[in-house]
Amino acid sequence: MEIKIFRNFFRKIFSNLFNNKKEIKLGFYGPPNAGKTSLANRICKDFTGQEIGAVSKIPHETRSVQFKEKVEIKYKGKTLLFKMIDTPGIATKIDYEDFLKYNMKRKEAKERAKKATQGVIESIKWLDDMDVVVVVLDATENPYNQVNITIIGNLVARKIPVLIVGNKIDLRKADAKKIEAAFPEYDVVGISAKDGKNFEEFYESIFKLAKKI
Amino acid sequence: MSKKRGSGKNLGKIKGFSIQFLPYSEIRDLNSNERIRKILGIVLGNNILILQGKLKSEEEIRLIGDTMAMIGHVKDFKGIELAVISGNVEKNLVDKMRTEIVKVLSRGDLGAITIIGPATIVKEIKRNPRKIELLLSK
Repeated sequence: MEIKIFRNFFRKIFSNLFNNKKEIKLGFYGPPNAGKTSLANRICKDFTGQEIGAVSKIPHETRSVQFKEKVEIKYKGKTLLFKMIDTPGIATKIDYEDFLKYNMKRKEAKERAKKATQGVIESIKWLDDMDVVVVVLDATENPYNQVNITIIGNLVARKIPVLIVGNKIDLRKADAKKIEAAFPEYDVVGISAKDGKNFEEFYESIFKLAKKI
Repeated sequence: MSKKRGSGKNLGKIKGFSIQFLPYSEIRDLNSNERIRKILGIVLGNNILILQGKLKSEEEIRLIGDTMAMIGHVKDFKGIELAVISGNVEKNLVDKMRTEIVKVLSRGDLGAITIIGPATIVKEIKRNPRKIELLLSK
């Protein structure tokens, strides 16, 4: 990990020195079903007209890392170029039987579970390659989940700027303030990836985040 | 609660599990690989581990990665439940500095407690900053 930190450090110095307009690698991390792909889809659709991946109510729909390159985000007359990296949800346990309640056949559920475990490993491997990360949390869930804390702790240890997003604020149960209370040292923005609520503030926070590189 | 030790063969049987307490001194001088191996060894033996202190954040994520790699390869293993609760809620700069000095001297965060259990036994760990609740499978 130390080698990667040094490599990123020198890459950043050289990039600043020659003022290259390169893509900022923006990762979407979080637990399963928090809405990472929904959020990435909305951004990609807003600025490229295309989506990044499929979404579903069944957890672990994203089971491998997916990308969208050259996404130009424009906000208040400024433009930044991003490579969007949507990652599979990180979990500490995966039981194929949990998928059976979604009317999935046993064989299909086992295959999904197997791919989901590989997806978690892939997400973890990609951590070192991010320039900035948006941690997407479900604002209707308890934010004190160890997975959330572990992801954020790892990003901080790798000196990767973090923005925390509390998604699903369109739902009555949602409480973005609870996320703010759980992570007082970080910028937290409550949004709804589904209906686009509070995206102005989100884009503003993304631009602030990019300045921290 | 009966005590039973062994390999992963007993996973999923709520009748046989134990709670093991591991003082930080047991892992203090181990490297990350050895720490994770030790922890997984305990958890695969159908034990709920209560560890004094906490792992480094990179060790925590490696533990998750290694756990994922074992699902499907170790019979009945479905992963782990993990929670860390820290007793150090610093109110001001002096408190913060005092905590950091203690951490350096003891070479670890001894004010924290880490709970790790196999997902087949520990259904959920509910936590807030000051409390942890373990919900066990039936």
